[in-house]
Amino acid sequence: MNGTTGGDGVLVAVEGVEKVFHRGSEDIHVLKDLHLTVPAGQFLALMGPSGSGKSTLLNLIGGLDRPTQGTVHVAGERVDQLSDHRLASWRARHIGFVFQLYNLMPVLTAERNVELPLLLTPLSKAERRRHVEAALAMVGLSARAKHFPRTLSGGEQQRVGIARGIVTDPTLLLCDEPTGDLDRKSGDEILDLLQALNREHGKTIIMVTHDPHASARASRTVYLNKGQLSSAPVN
Amino acid sequence: MKFLHLVWGNLMRKKLRTALTLLSIVVAFLLFGFLSAIKEALTGGVSIAGANRLIVRHKVSIIQLLPYSYKARMERLPGVALVTHQTWFGGIYQDPKNFFMQCPVDPESFLAMFPEFLLPPAQKAAWLQTRTGAIVGRKTAERFGWKVGDRVPIVSTIWAQPDGSRRWTFDIVGIFDGREKNTDTTPLFFRYDYFDEVREQGHSWDRGQVGWYTIRVSDPAQAGAVAKAVDAEFENSSAETKTEPEGAFVQAWVNQVGNIALITASILGAVFFTILLVAGNTMSQSVRERIGELGVLKAIGFTNGQVLAMVLLESCVLALLGGGLGLGLAWLATSHGDPTGGYLPMFFLPPRDLLVGLGFSLVLGVVTGVLPALQAMRLRVAEALRRM
Repeated sequence: MNGTTGGDGVLVAVEGVEKVFHRGSEDIHVLKDLHLTVPAGQFLALMGPSGSGKSTLLNLIGGLDRPTQGTVHVAGERVDQLSDHRLASWRARHIGFVFQLYNLMPVLTAERNVELPLLLTPLSKAERRRHVEAALAMVGLSARAKHFPRTLSGGEQQRVGIARGIVTDPTLLLCDEPTGDLDRKSGDEILDLLQALNREHGKTIIMVTHDPHASARASRTVYLNKGQLSSAPVN
Repeated sequence: MKFLHLVWGNLMRKKLRTALTLLSIVVAFLLFGFLSAIKEALTGGVSIAGANRLIVRHKVSIIQLLPYSYKARMERLPGVALVTHQTWFGGIYQDPKNFFMQCPVDPESFLAMFPEFLLPPAQKAAWLQTRTGAIVGRKTAERFGWKVGDRVPIVSTIWAQPDGSRRWTFDIVGIFDGREKNTDTTPLFFRYDYFDEVREQGHSWDRGQVGWYTIRVSDPAQAGAVAKAVDAEFENSSAETKTEPEGAFVQAWVNQVGNIALITASILGAVFFTILLVAGNTMSQSVRERIGELGVLKAIGFTNGQVLAMVLLESCVLALLGGGLGLGLAWLATSHGDPTGGYLPMFFLPPRDLLVGLGFSLVLGVVTGVLPALQAMRLRVAEALRRM
């Protein structure tokens, strides 16, 4: 596994985080004094109703947004204080993203999509190709490498998305509702894949989901409601 | 370079829109190329005019003639190295639209004065031996299929034969080339002694007179003083002169058409302003449509600078491609030479203007891409991802 942890094996430490969005004159408190630690190698499911702040928390951990208050440490780095430029390089090194709607570039083939994060590394073309082939093989899509996203099924597109997320061997894989747009069968295949990445390759995964069936695959589940975490669902 | 496939892919996203924008840029640069060629045709003579050559014409107008006797008087003036003369013949070959310049000249002094006309020595010798001999430029020879040994009838709109006929027949004894690419190789030159002999036989009132003189000065720095001396020499005579540098003389001809540089700049200004709006709108639209994708790129680690550079590269590739194609087509279209049948003998697209055109296309790319690129650079990632 790539990356470093705190001395206690904690990969992600979110402490006292608050996130407030301003909409006109109204302040919306999405996260309130939130604390969360994720040990390296854990597959964490983050559940909660719509608008509970799941994706916001994922964005803060992935360095896509900054908290209004509190600190976010990932792999020993305090990410909430990094500049935009350093944050971009940090994301390239440490974070793999998997999105609900796959978010592939429609103008690029599957292999070119997977190659995108590698363009930011000093790898040669041949080395990039090797990494892309390995990632596509891992998600079982070697045969569809030359296909454009529009010619792939939803499940296949999501597998390309996962291959893109893991191709740089990131410290942490962040999945935002990765099965939310898929049928049950395709969703199960994606969950199998994530589980295998966690169990066989030791990848730390944080997955946002609505679906109890999906969260059951994780090694730990936490619930977010009205901006606060709990270990059991709140009715 | 490793992002080029992504840039190209984005350009190919909406093929029709890209093709139409590209086409508008191609047309703009094709027009640029054509206008450059026209400008060159009209003003090229100014740039190749000899710095050491002066033109002496009648003070009243270029159509007033000057006495042949002035030649010897000018040759005696200090600073004058060589004198030759030309006279407008105004001839037509077969059809009035077959326009080209013809002038009777003194072969020896004429060829010495204008070394940019390259005539093989054997053909020069033949010209000196043939009273009715004429030399013609390569362009006109090829245009009418003339070759050495042909007899060519030309009808003058000004000068008549003793029997009243206006038909003159010349023996083609030489075909000259131009030393420079923009040397005019359309004129026909024939011998002044033959021309004046015919006028004398016809007791023409204007025998012994010429259209204008060209003087070569010994020292270009003294050209102004020599011009003054020439005009002073003929002051208060029946044919006073106006002497000016050859460049100014050619410019005066060009100015009869109008301010070519201003006309060209105005047309191109309007065209490029329109293209700026068209290409700028394409780029803005293209960026607006993929804000989510730009958010993904940023999420996976592309820096703001890389996103800015990628969008700018996209607009520059589009503009350079359109500019290159347009200029290439213009070059091809103008490489066949004068499309007017003789009115624009130096019609061609100079390499200098090709480079200027490419520079323009790069500037167009940067200007049209800079605002959308800044917009892409300033995107907040989390916000952009919500618009996927």
